[in-house]
Amino acid sequence: MICPGREFSARRNVKHTISAAPLLFICFSAAQAQSPVPAGAAACSGCHAPAPLSSPVPPLAGRNPDEIVAAMQDFRSGKREATIMTRIAKGFSDEETRAIAVWLSAQP
Amino acid sequence: MRARPTRRSVVQMLGAGPVAPFFAPAVLGQAAPRVVVIGGGFAGATCARELKRQFGNAAVTLIEPNATFTACPFSNAVIAGLRDIDAQRFGYDGVKRAGIAIAPQAATGVDPQARRVTLADKSALNYDRLVVAPGIDLRFDALPGYDNPAAEIMPHAWKAGEQTALLRRQLEAMEDGGTVIISAPANPFRCPPGPYERASLIAHYLRTKKPRSKLLILDAKDAFSKQRLFQNAWKVFYPNLEWVSLSAGGKVTSIDAKSKTFATEFGDHKADVGNVIPPQRAGRIAEAAGIADRSGWCPIDPVTFESKLQQNIHVIGDAAIAGAMPKSAFAANSQAKACAAAVATLLRGEKPAEPKLINTCYSVVAPDYAISIAGVYHPSNGLLADVEGAGGTSPVDAPPSFRALEASYADAWFKTITAEIFG
Repeated sequence: MICPGREFSARRNVKHTISAAPLLFICFSAAQAQSPVPAGAAACSGCHAPAPLSSPVPPLAGRNPDEIVAAMQDFRSGKREATIMTRIAKGFSDEETRAIAVWLSAQP
Repeated sequence: MRARPTRRSVVQMLGAGPVAPFFAPAVLGQAAPRVVVIGGGFAGATCARELKRQFGNAAVTLIEPNATFTACPFSNAVIAGLRDIDAQRFGYDGVKRAGIAIAPQAATGVDPQARRVTLADKSALNYDRLVVAPGIDLRFDALPGYDNPAAEIMPHAWKAGEQTALLRRQLEAMEDGGTVIISAPANPFRCPPGPYERASLIAHYLRTKKPRSKLLILDAKDAFSKQRLFQNAWKVFYPNLEWVSLSAGGKVTSIDAKSKTFATEFGDHKADVGNVIPPQRAGRIAEAAGIADRSGWCPIDPVTFESKLQQNIHVIGDAAIAGAMPKSAFAANSQAKACAAAVATLLRGEKPAEPKLINTCYSVVAPDYAISIAGVYHPSNGLLADVEGAGGTSPVDAPPSFRALEASYADAWFKTITAEIFG
């Protein structure tokens, strides 16, 4: 059986569960499709705290995904200055960033 | 149950069912899958909590003999007198509140075939999947003259706690005009920029309190992490700090603790305060579990963090051979989350997706002056490799405001990550 690993992952990340659910079932015979954490997304909370504490690092959880995507694009292009996000943003494609942003927006 | 856990909490968490049949997803028609995590540091405690978050039904047990964790990041500031060691200490109440059972003793053995961990009191815990995060062991066999008793005279302070406090006391007791010597090991070792951050902050202490003193770094390497940034800062702040590279005779070949002497191929160096950062390997349980290779570290699959030497055992944090990822607390936290996702997926009988990982590592060179290195990583050719074009260090020509901002981010990072893990 052909199971399109990478393409599938990317698609799942972008469109998430609705379009991906049948494929997931066929590919992995899973009992239930869980909403997965997109690649790289879980690492953000190492610096970005969930609530606006007294941290100088802005919170990301619950934020509008378009804002996060736009910020990451600007970090990548150099339009927006930063100490470290300019270096990290370059490690993620637009598709990956969108998936991460959508996931972050749904976090408490 | 084939094994008899000692603690009531463990019994409650793990009381259900026999070992799952081979290769079957543990969750289907079975009792709660059992995941055991060895080691409650940045890697292990993160992984236990993330597993519980991603797979609420899993019975997760964390094996950790210490009631309090003492964090290494920022412990160099404690040594320099800029921070209280209490700020490094964290308990496990938050981990327990997250629904994780704590087995408060040392793991002494692992039987990968029976999928069973033995504890110090001879009791045992069965698992469906095991995560091993033991950190490092100092190799007291690797540097002649440097053993446990010698470390009481010339501390390593490379595991935070009593050793950190000892090095601090020695610096305080030293006369102005004394010589502090730090020896740094060859790669790989825990926290690659750590010896140079330590040298910077001790030099800061000497400059402000004991200005006639000198600091020498004897190095078994010709290059080190964030080197240009450190050396540029040293020129400005710390003229009394000297770095001796491998090719300049910096490699320490033996230690004489009684006289606080570092011997190199080029001659002897006598210290008033000597800090030996010895060669390291994965924490002892790795060897007992058969997951360490001849290097002393643990080869892993870069997608699942599963050991390349034993099935159903995953290795994260400093103990793992993680390719381009350094042995840092941030990397450990990042790996732990990716590993938890992979373990949860495998327990469901699904195929894990390829992870992407991040590292960010700050070094404080002086108060209000920090530098950083960052990286993004993905599985490539069986290893975790850098995503090309991403990552790197802080700019070499940044203004003081940039360094001050990074110092504030370093501080915020520590608060955030420890709150996430222990809060």
